[in-house]
Amino acid sequence: MNPVPSGLPGEASHEKVIELDAVCKNYGRFRALDGIDLDVRRGERIIICGPSGSGKSTLIRCINRIETHDEGRIIVNGQILTEQLKDIATVRRDVGMVFQSFNLFPHLTILENCMLAPVQARGITKAEAREIAMHFLSKVHIPDQVHKYPGQLSGGQQQRVAIARALCMKPQIMLFDEPTSALDPEMVKEVLDTMVQLAAEGMTMLCVTHEMGFAREVADRVVFMDKGTVVECAAPSTFFTAPQSERAQDFLNQIIH
Amino acid sequence: MNGLDFGIVYESLPYLMQGLRFSLLLTVCAFATGMALGIGLALVQHLEIPVAAQLARGYVALIRSVPLILVLFWFFFLVPLVVGALVNGGRPVPIGGVWTAFITFSMFEAAYYSEIIRVGLRSLGRGQYEAAKALSLSTYKTYRYVILPQVVRIASPIILSQTIILFQDTSLVYVLSLTDLVGAASKIAQLNGRLVEMYLTVAAIYLAICCAASQLVAWLRRSHQAAINR
Repeated sequence: MNPVPSGLPGEASHEKVIELDAVCKNYGRFRALDGIDLDVRRGERIIICGPSGSGKSTLIRCINRIETHDEGRIIVNGQILTEQLKDIATVRRDVGMVFQSFNLFPHLTILENCMLAPVQARGITKAEAREIAMHFLSKVHIPDQVHKYPGQLSGGQQQRVAIARALCMKPQIMLFDEPTSALDPEMVKEVLDTMVQLAAEGMTMLCVTHEMGFAREVADRVVFMDKGTVVECAAPSTFFTAPQSERAQDFLNQIIH
Repeated sequence: MNGLDFGIVYESLPYLMQGLRFSLLLTVCAFATGMALGIGLALVQHLEIPVAAQLARGYVALIRSVPLILVLFWFFFLVPLVVGALVNGGRPVPIGGVWTAFITFSMFEAAYYSEIIRVGLRSLGRGQYEAAKALSLSTYKTYRYVILPQVVRIASPIILSQTIILFQDTSLVYVLSLTDLVGAASKIAQLNGRLVEMYLTVAAIYLAICCAASQLVAWLRRSHQAAINR
């Protein structure tokens, strides 16, 4: 089993865990990604933002190959993602993902949601999986609701369970695809708090979000995308105070009001 | 015409129950085998497995456009000829009414169940598939633990309705001279001439069983709704 990634906040190592090299993706004639270059080092926390349709979600969905890219090269944990890669499961085991719409399994209890993949994909025993699941569910403050079904929890609780479910696989990288966009406003904070905690523990994170306060707090770099390209990539202090491009300025003006 | 005499029905109840037992056994077997085959047929179509998907589609279309009674006849008369031609030097190999009934009903129901499952598979959001992928579950395990349990649950009212129809359709084995509930009743009726009493009784039995099953369907539908709204 892989060790839980170590490292202190703000201390990303020099080891590259994700490399994207001129990555392109087309949906028919629409070019969703148009030559993306991005390296992510271990322990780094990257916030991806940009207008809708800019390719943010597509980008992170290519990293665990839920979407396949058409051109360019993606390397995750030393493995090149190609058609020939037979065992995409080994890559996915190390990459956790949290979705906008939670995507918990509604027919399984909270605990079963968290135990399914560790038992079935990692092959650990049920007892061990239960212990790991309880550990992460306590961490996201759901320990007393583990026998309920997802439909019985609030949106914020469901999303925290989804984070715990991903963590139960002991991933080295976590991808977040607009994790708070489907939540009622009063539930956004509880989910962001969980993510801040995760960031503080040194998890490598790529997060698509419009929560700029969160970005300021945890990001090592902010990636601003538009029309399938990376327009700007800078430390949050630089990005928020002195965005270089006009498009980033417009975008910030619109979302910060 | 004399008055109705249900005393005679009472005497023949053991024989009727024997017929009913055959009807129920045929229903249960055709349900189990038909569901297993039907899930397979639905999955090869859903996963777009080359060749197999086209074959499955053709099979379902064929079965669904032919009356069950015709399939029973085909199987009873044609399959012995085909099997004979293949393995017995042209001499027919009789497979008998009972085997004909079990095999035909299973194959027939498989087509209907597969359509139900296929619709269920499409009704599930792609988020479920993506979440399973992201958790690195294999395709087999994704369907086994995530997709099919939900599909069967969603489709259970329709599956049960189809099974009630199957139970009623088993009376068609009458044409193969098998003794199901209807077959038993008609045999007794021909002996004692009490057709009205026998057929009324059989109707009552069908009514009781199907009503109970319908109640079960309604209950399932309500509890499924409750589970969604929870």
